[in-house]
Amino acid sequence: MKSVYFDHAATTPVDRRVLERMLPFFCEVYGNPSEIHKQGREARAAVDAARAQVAAAIGAGAKEIVFTAGGTEADNLALFGYLQRFEPGHFIIGATEHPAVMEAARALNRLGWAVDFIPVDEFGTIDLDGYEKAFRDDTRLASVMFANNVVGTIQPVAELARIAHEKGAVFHTDAVQAVGSVPVDVQALGVDMLTISGHKLYGPKGIGALYAKRGTRLTPIIHGGGHERRLRSGTENVPGIVGMGAALEIAVAEMPETKPRLERMRDRMAAAVLDSVPDVKYLGHPTERLPGNVSFTVRYIEGESMLLQLDTHGYMVSSGSACASGSLEPSHVILALGLGAEEAHGSLRVSLGRENTDEEIDGFVEVFPPIVEKLRQMSPLYVKG
Amino acid sequence: MYTDLVMDHFSNPRNVGEIEDADGVGQIGNPVCGDVMRISIDVEDDHIADVKFKTFGCGAAVATSSMVTEMVKGKTLEEAADISNKAVAEALGGLPANKMHCSNLAADALHLAIQDYLVKSGREGEVEQILKALPKEHEHSSH
Repeated sequence: MKSVYFDHAATTPVDRRVLERMLPFFCEVYGNPSEIHKQGREARAAVDAARAQVAAAIGAGAKEIVFTAGGTEADNLALFGYLQRFEPGHFIIGATEHPAVMEAARALNRLGWAVDFIPVDEFGTIDLDGYEKAFRDDTRLASVMFANNVVGTIQPVAELARIAHEKGAVFHTDAVQAVGSVPVDVQALGVDMLTISGHKLYGPKGIGALYAKRGTRLTPIIHGGGHERRLRSGTENVPGIVGMGAALEIAVAEMPETKPRLERMRDRMAAAVLDSVPDVKYLGHPTERLPGNVSFTVRYIEGESMLLQLDTHGYMVSSGSACASGSLEPSHVILALGLGAEEAHGSLRVSLGRENTDEEIDGFVEVFPPIVEKLRQMSPLYVKG
Repeated sequence: MYTDLVMDHFSNPRNVGEIEDADGVGQIGNPVCGDVMRISIDVEDDHIADVKFKTFGCGAAVATSSMVTEMVKGKTLEEAADISNKAVAEALGGLPANKMHCSNLAADALHLAIQDYLVKSGREGEVEQILKALPKEHEHSSH
């Protein structure tokens, strides 16, 4: 049976060209970039080159890039690193943030910080009015994700950053899902901090970066030898850094081809699913969404059972149901859109990537309706109307 | 995360459906939690003559429902009443720890069906004797 990977929002395969560029940095150039001998200098040169690639991909300066062990750490560095030099005050995050921001915010809350979670509308777009009104005199920071990992909605980041600055706060955005998929330019957006992850854009796992605009004062959350301009101690993950630089360079170079192709496939799949299965609701924003994200909820049946059925047919997708997430609660993102828990349990996320083909979309659209029908026949909630 | 047997019962569930005009029907769970199981039984000579299920829920919920219908067919009411959720999970070769709570209620649904049968057939007095531990209303105490 053919195996089709439709879960690129969870992670992507490493591009073979990226792997090729990483390989010399395991056994040949293995030096510690902090050392001044030949091995060390070569490793340092590779880290510097990758830093320049990452910076160029988002319109930043090389000195504004801090490499971390991933997106989660970069989010934690942004929130803790910026806020911990102040006396506890107030900050703002979106209601649909990734757990990396959500749980960091809760941890800061336990340390005495007040935090407001700004609701979103039915499309997942942040309530701009509520956002603006949430700022207080002691609001130090606002953090709203660039694009949502579950439903794909892209936020008006430039506008959100502008409002934060007007109110005297800095603005951070978790752009893990966006960078490499849609154009991201930190100058045009006016953000102070921005999070990137390597493995969401065909780079390796275990590497990420935080863009911190020149002048943004951060204190480290990981202490040690003072690497990364004292902001992130620990010997650099040289192969990972090289891989992330290469992956970003490729993603940005190929975006003019990849983005419209994924958008076309995304819209075709969404239309076909909505057309062939009754009682399905498309989640997220109709147009302001990630190129590869198709998210919907299917009434009367549960997400994990759809996921498992699709898996037995070779299609790998994701669900925001409680069962699939391993908790008792369905995805907070889907609940934030105003859906009931029952509907949220029936959510399914297909996230397309650049190696997917039109044939794979056709195949999915063919197997999906009978799977829904089979599960509905089994469901005590389903009354055929 | 699931055993082969769980996946087999999930992919090829046994005894799916609803018995028309069933002798007893039991339902447990609620859609907010993400699991609803309904079991209907026909009883002849105090034996489970037929049993069917309908389930809204995850892979474990479907597999436990399917398994309990296989375990109970032909059993006496007393034997059926002795089947526990734990025994169903064990018959499936175990379930992931996070599935033992919500998704493992199939035996409870069966017990409710037996209770329904006893009440409907005017044998209310035997409920406590046959069903030693009646399932409680499904709740999440940890919310």
